[in-house]
Amino acid sequence: MRGLELLYFLVQQMMYFSMPLLIVALGGLFSERSGVVNIALEGIMVIGALTSVLFIFLMQQFSIMSGNGLLLIAFLIAAVAGTLYSLLHAYAAINMKANQVISGTALNLASTPFAVFVGRLATGTVIGRTVQQIPFKNQFRITKVPVLGDIPFVGSLFFQNTYITTYLCILILFISWIILYKTKFGLRLRACGEHPQAADSVGINVYQMRYAGVMISGALAGIGGLVFVIPTSTNFNASVAGYGFLALAVLIFGQWKPWRVFAAAIFFGFMKTISASSSSIAILAQLPISSEIYKMIPYIATLIILVFSSKNSQAPRAAGQPYDQGAR
Amino acid sequence: MKKNRFAQAVVAFLPSFFAILAGFLLGFVILLAVNPNQAIQGIGIILKGGLNKGMSGMGQVLYFATPIIMTGLAVGFAFKTGLFNIGASGQFTMGAFAAIYVGVVMKSLPPAIHWLVAILASMIAGAIWGFLPGLLKATRNVNEVITSIMMNYIGMSAVNMMVRATIYNKLKNESLPVASAANIPKWGLQEIFPYPSMNGGILIAVLCVMIVYIVLEKTTFGYELKACGYNRDAGLYAGIQAKRNMIYSMMISGALAGIGGGLLYLSGSGKYMKVIDVIATEGFDGISVALLGLSHPIGVLFAGVFIAYIKVGGFNLQLLNYDQEVINIITAAIIYFSAFALLFKTKIQSIITRNAIQKNEASDQKLEEATMESEERPMKEGDSQ
Repeated sequence: MRGLELLYFLVQQMMYFSMPLLIVALGGLFSERSGVVNIALEGIMVIGALTSVLFIFLMQQFSIMSGNGLLLIAFLIAAVAGTLYSLLHAYAAINMKANQVISGTALNLASTPFAVFVGRLATGTVIGRTVQQIPFKNQFRITKVPVLGDIPFVGSLFFQNTYITTYLCILILFISWIILYKTKFGLRLRACGEHPQAADSVGINVYQMRYAGVMISGALAGIGGLVFVIPTSTNFNASVAGYGFLALAVLIFGQWKPWRVFAAAIFFGFMKTISASSSSIAILAQLPISSEIYKMIPYIATLIILVFSSKNSQAPRAAGQPYDQGAR
Repeated sequence: MKKNRFAQAVVAFLPSFFAILAGFLLGFVILLAVNPNQAIQGIGIILKGGLNKGMSGMGQVLYFATPIIMTGLAVGFAFKTGLFNIGASGQFTMGAFAAIYVGVVMKSLPPAIHWLVAILASMIAGAIWGFLPGLLKATRNVNEVITSIMMNYIGMSAVNMMVRATIYNKLKNESLPVASAANIPKWGLQEIFPYPSMNGGILIAVLCVMIVYIVLEKTTFGYELKACGYNRDAGLYAGIQAKRNMIYSMMISGALAGIGGGLLYLSGSGKYMKVIDVIATEGFDGISVALLGLSHPIGVLFAGVFIAYIKVGGFNLQLLNYDQEVINIITAAIIYFSAFALLFKTKIQSIITRNAIQKNEASDQKLEEATMESEERPMKEGDSQ
């Protein structure tokens, strides 16, 4: 591949990698803006992907449903599952005033064995072959969006070889921005992450706001799990390859602001694309560089970017601190 | 005084105990949900853990405990100094590679010290991998959680690349076997614990536990590290070089995790380094061990043995057709519940202090009565005069 064709390919690939990062980092944004550090994003992604892929697997196995309608329902299921799982973190962090990093780590630790466990149980009972990978048939790719896909250049970039979830993620980005900056709810949420005592003093229920923040982050991270698995694989292997942690890096690079997070997600998605498709890009494949170097690129890029963006960090001031009404 | 310290230790351990209980309860519920008929037998096997197979089983427990005690010590040490080293996996992998490399390549070393040099190499490699997150945290205020996670992935790919370039067994897609002198001596342990992979690694791990304990509790350096962990500003105010200490702390933590890698792959158990894109699980087990052991070196030692113990139980659980992943779910649940420790602790502490206050009030009253009496007395005496 060369020239324009290569460009189209890279941009299309980039979307597959950027969208999960975007949606999960937005999830992290809601949680941290409300004052709760959510390191459990990785685990929530795993649970979201597990439940929704399991649903797709069952529907396809018993030929009950197929196509993009199925994907949309799976999308909702991932959101619900993520929300429910995140409630564990919310309860620990808000009600029990637990160390948020520890409770998040616990959710991460629990998610993978749980996914392996459920995966083996499901494949064992349904297809009689006990493996941890839950397979699915990818019938969701849209080769060309009607009308829009025919636009020269732009059509080939953004409206071919795509998924309906990509547009949903972009839509969620817009909605998130409106909610955070144009509604009363968003203002209150942000206040709870900056100065919860002040928010409380004007009658905002800090606990409620933080629950909302964590639950939104759970829904978005759950969706992120599904959005990550569908375009890049044909089975769910109890893992989302550290995307939840990468999303945290995206969040920091994006300075806790939706549009910057979007830019950061695009950047990381591009890095990931280079590393994932190095063998199919003629120029890169010819270089005497081992595939491991390409695999390291996104992570090294993250490190370098963090070095330059952390010094003037604009993290929500109260993120990570349990809210205690009695404290001054 | 001594009794008081014992009581404190019990209070510190109580939340962990409840957490463990809750974790097992959840495990039991899962077993019930999967297959109610064998659930009781299943939970019995988990609880019996390493004892299912007598001393050989306990040997297996110690074999599994060795690396996770080291990674647990690494994570716990960093915790004590206010840092969350989630990158123990990467440091562990680096250490493992360095140890195997020395074990395979440097065959000209005197056999008596070959294994020791390999362990030292693993220590240094781990320290190097811990250095960068420490440096970035100290100088650029980069969140060490994120950097050490990135270092995990970079380390995984780097080690895969290095294994393939240097000590590669192409047929099996893994590292070459190390020279026999590079394996850790058994020091007669296999006589006590007749498990084929039993080796002296556990003794080295215990030695490390003791060294870390002494450094943290009995030296000025350890005191400074902990002081910065509790309150960085106060440490700075007291003239402690917080930034330098942060880097040292991450390096020591990395070194401990690195030794863990060396101990596992030099155990002579026929374990080779596979070239696969999977992050070493020992690092994450280390987080569980450190949290369960309350980051205290001695606590980490027990927690490591405990987690290895139920892991061995998990292997035996497969006999009943249960999935051994149940054990990992139980462990994660235990960590989740022990995150509530703060609440438990403050509750228990408040009960104790309330009692103490009541006692104090009572003794104050007695004192008051006594002083009143003594004040009254002279007056009476004065009156009589």
